Amino acid sequence: MTTNGGVPKHTITALVQDKPGVLNRISSMFRRRGFNISSLAVGHSEEPDLSRMTFVVEGDDKVVEQMTKHLHKLIDVIRVSDISNQNIVSRELALIKVRSNVQTRSEIMQIVHIFRANIVDVAVDSLIVEVSGDEDKIDSLHNLLKSFGVLEVMRTGTIAMNRGADSRVRRTAARVDWGEASSV
Amino acid sequence: MRLNGSQMVCESLLREGVEVIFGLPGGAILPLYQTLPEYPQLRHILVRHEQGAAHAADGYGRVTGKPGVAWATSGPGATNLVTGIATAQMDSVPMVIITGQVSRASIGSDAFQETDTTGITLPITKHNYLVMNTVDIPRAIKEAFHIASTGRPGPVLVDIPKDVFTEEAEFEYPDEVDLPGYNPTLEGHPAQVKRAVRLIAQARRPVILAGHGIIISQAYDEVRELAEKVQIPVITTLLGIGSFPDDHLLCVGMPGMHGMAYASLAIEEADLLIALGMRFDDRITGKTSEFAVNSKKIHIEIDPSEIGKNVHVDVPIVGDLKLVLRELNRRVKPKTHVEWIQRIDELKQGHPSMLIRDTDKLIPQYIVQQLAEATNGDAIVVTGVGQHQMWAAQHYTYRHPRSLITSGGSGAMGYEVPGAMGAQVGRPDKVVWSVAGDGGFQMTMAELATLVENNIPVKFAIINNSFLGMVRQWQEFFYQKSYVATGYTHNPDFVKLAEAFGMLGIRVTDKAQVRSAITRAMDYDGPALVDFVVEEEENVYPMIPAGQTVHDLIEEPLPERVRR
Repeated sequence: MTTNGGVPKHTITALVQDKPGVLNRISSMFRRRGFNISSLAVGHSEEPDLSRMTFVVEGDDKVVEQMTKHLHKLIDVIRVSDISNQNIVSRELALIKVRSNVQTRSEIMQIVHIFRANIVDVAVDSLIVEVSGDEDKIDSLHNLLKSFGVLEVMRTGTIAMNRGADSRVRRTAARVDWGEASSV
Repeated sequence: MRLNGSQMVCESLLREGVEVIFGLPGGAILPLYQTLPEYPQLRHILVRHEQGAAHAADGYGRVTGKPGVAWATSGPGATNLVTGIATAQMDSVPMVIITGQVSRASIGSDAFQETDTTGITLPITKHNYLVMNTVDIPRAIKEAFHIASTGRPGPVLVDIPKDVFTEEAEFEYPDEVDLPGYNPTLEGHPAQVKRAVRLIAQARRPVILAGHGIIISQAYDEVRELAEKVQIPVITTLLGIGSFPDDHLLCVGMPGMHGMAYASLAIEEADLLIALGMRFDDRITGKTSEFAVNSKKIHIEIDPSEIGKNVHVDVPIVGDLKLVLRELNRRVKPKTHVEWIQRIDELKQGHPSMLIRDTDKLIPQYIVQQLAEATNGDAIVVTGVGQHQMWAAQHYTYRHPRSLITSGGSGAMGYEVPGAMGAQVGRPDKVVWSVAGDGGFQMTMAELATLVENNIPVKFAIINNSFLGMVRQWQEFFYQKSYVATGYTHNPDFVKLAEAFGMLGIRVTDKAQVRSAITRAMDYDGPALVDFVVEEEENVYPMIPAGQTVHDLIEEPLPERVRR
C-alpha cells in the first residue's frame, strides 16, 4: 500500500471473463458506488477467454474491502485479490514527449540514461521517451523532464503480479474465505 | 432438435418450470408472441403497462420463491420495466425478464424502438445478457434462472434481437451451468460460527434482527429454534415480517423509522445483535455512527458485500441462513434472559407504539386492524409505499412467511396494484388484500382491467386521505405544514372507477361500516375495491426522523387515559 496525499492506494488484480461489456460492468459498478480508480490496465491472460485487470484504487481499508467484495459479486469476475501488502512486481509504461533542441538534447539523454529509459523517437524540436517502472519512478522522470517542457504524456496504468509461482489460472471459482474477511 | 429462437425461449421456460408470464407485445418481441399458441402450458397474462408486468413478476416471485417472469418489447417496453426491475433488485427478488431488441444489424443505429436495454438495466439487475446467436438462447436462459434464484436472489434480464428469435438452430438445453465467477458461499466458516456461539453464550441482552434472508432461505424453523432455545427476543425488519410469527411471545416487532419504539429501544439497549439476512438499511439504523453502539454484532448474510457496508460487525458469517443457523443451533446452549425480557416488557408498557387511538373518526390504523381480524392474519397483504404501508406493517398480525409483500428498499409507489396481481396469481389459494394509497393506486390502476379480464380476485383497501400522505407528514413535521404538491383536490370516484373496470366498488366513510365492507369485498367472487375515506392528516407514529437516532424518536401524542 502506498499513500498519495493522505489517501492510501491499493493494488487490486482481477481475473475476468473476456466477454463484451465486462469492462462496462466493472467501471459502472465503480462509478455507481463512488469508488475512485487511479489507474486501470486490462489485457489478455495466459488463458484465451480470460483477461487480467490491475486496478490501482484510492481509499482506506474499509472502502477497498467493499470494492473487492463488489467486484467479486459481478458474475463475470472470477477472482479478485488485494495484493497491496504482498510481495509483488508492479510496472507501468509511459511515453513522454519532451521539447528538445540541440542545446538540451544531450542533457535529456543523460537523464533518460540514468532512469534506464529509452528514446524511441527524435524530431527536430522534440523527442519521445519510453520509460517503464513503478509509478514513483515514472513520476520522478516526468518531474525532471518538466523543466525542458513536456508536450504530451501517455501512461498505461500499473500492472502487477505476485512474485513466485502462485498465480496460475484456476478455472473453477476459488472459494473465497469470507469467514476470515474482517469487516474492519 | 432444430428450433427457432422463439421456440427455444418457450422450451427453455418450460424446462425451468415456468407456468405464467406477465407481458405486453410489440414489434421486436412479436416473433416470440406468435410462437405462444404452440405452448399452451405457458399462461400469458397481458398487462396494460409493462411496469405492471415487472411488479407482477416481482409479487409472484415473492410469494412463491420461484423466479417471476416478465417480458416486453424493445425501447419503451423495456424502459417501462425498469422501475419493477430496480424494485426486485433492491429487495432480492428472483425474477427473469426477457426483452425483445431490434435486429442485430440495426443495433447501434438508433433504430425505431431501440434502447440499450442491457446498458440501462446493468446497475439494477443481478446480471444481464444480450443474446447475439440463436444457439446461445438455452444457455442464457438456464444461467438467468440459476443466477436469479440462487445465492442472494435478484432480477436477471435476457435481451434478444428480433432476428435471433426467428433464426433456427440446434436446441440443446444444458444440464448444468458453467459460471466460474459465480459460486455463492453456503456453509458458514466454522471458526466464525464458534465465535458467534461464544458471543451468544456471553450475551445478557441479545436480540435477533430477522430479515428477508430468512424468508428467502426458508429458515423459519431454524430462527425459531435459536430464539426459543436461547430465549432471544426477535425483531423483524420490514421485509423480515412473517419470518417469525408476530404473535409469538418473543416477537418484539419492527424497528426503525416507523417501527415500534420499544423495538428500536431494545436494539439500543442490547449487548448483542444477531443480524440475520438483512442489510442495515438506513430506515433501520438512522444515523449509523450512533446505531446500536452498546452491542457486539453477529451478521449472518449470503452476500459478503453487505457485511461491513453500513455497520461495523464483530463476527461476520457469510453463508446460507438455513445451513448456518442449523450449525449454530447445534452448538448453542439453552439459556434464559429473564431480566432482559422483563426489560423489553417494560419498554413495551412505557412506549405503547401499537395502541390505536380511541376515536369515532375513520382512521387507517383501525382499518388495518379490522382487516387482520377479518382475515385472522391469514391473508397475503400487499402494499404500496408510504403511510398506508407503515400502518399495514404495524397493525396487521402476520403469522406466516411471505404474507407481507411490499416494496421495501426501492420504495416504489404503484406496487400495490400489479404487485398484488402477481401475488394472487402465485397464490390463488390465498386471500390477497392490497392495502393501497390513493396516490400509488392511481399510478398503476390500469392493471385493474387485467385483474378483471383474468378474474384475479384481489381485494383492495384504498386508504384514501386525498394526500400523498407520507410526504405530507414530512411537510408537517419538517416544513412547517407547507403542503406543496401533496394534496389531491380532485381524486377520481374510486367506486365508480371500480364499476367502470367491472369490479365491485364500496365506499366507506364511517367507522361502523368497516367490517361489513371488508366482509362484502371478500365474499364477492372477483376483484373488489373498498374506498376508505379516512382522516386526511393522520400521522404515522412513532417516527425517527431520517438520519437521526432513537433518542430523537417522536411518539404519538396520546391523551393520558389512552396512554395507560
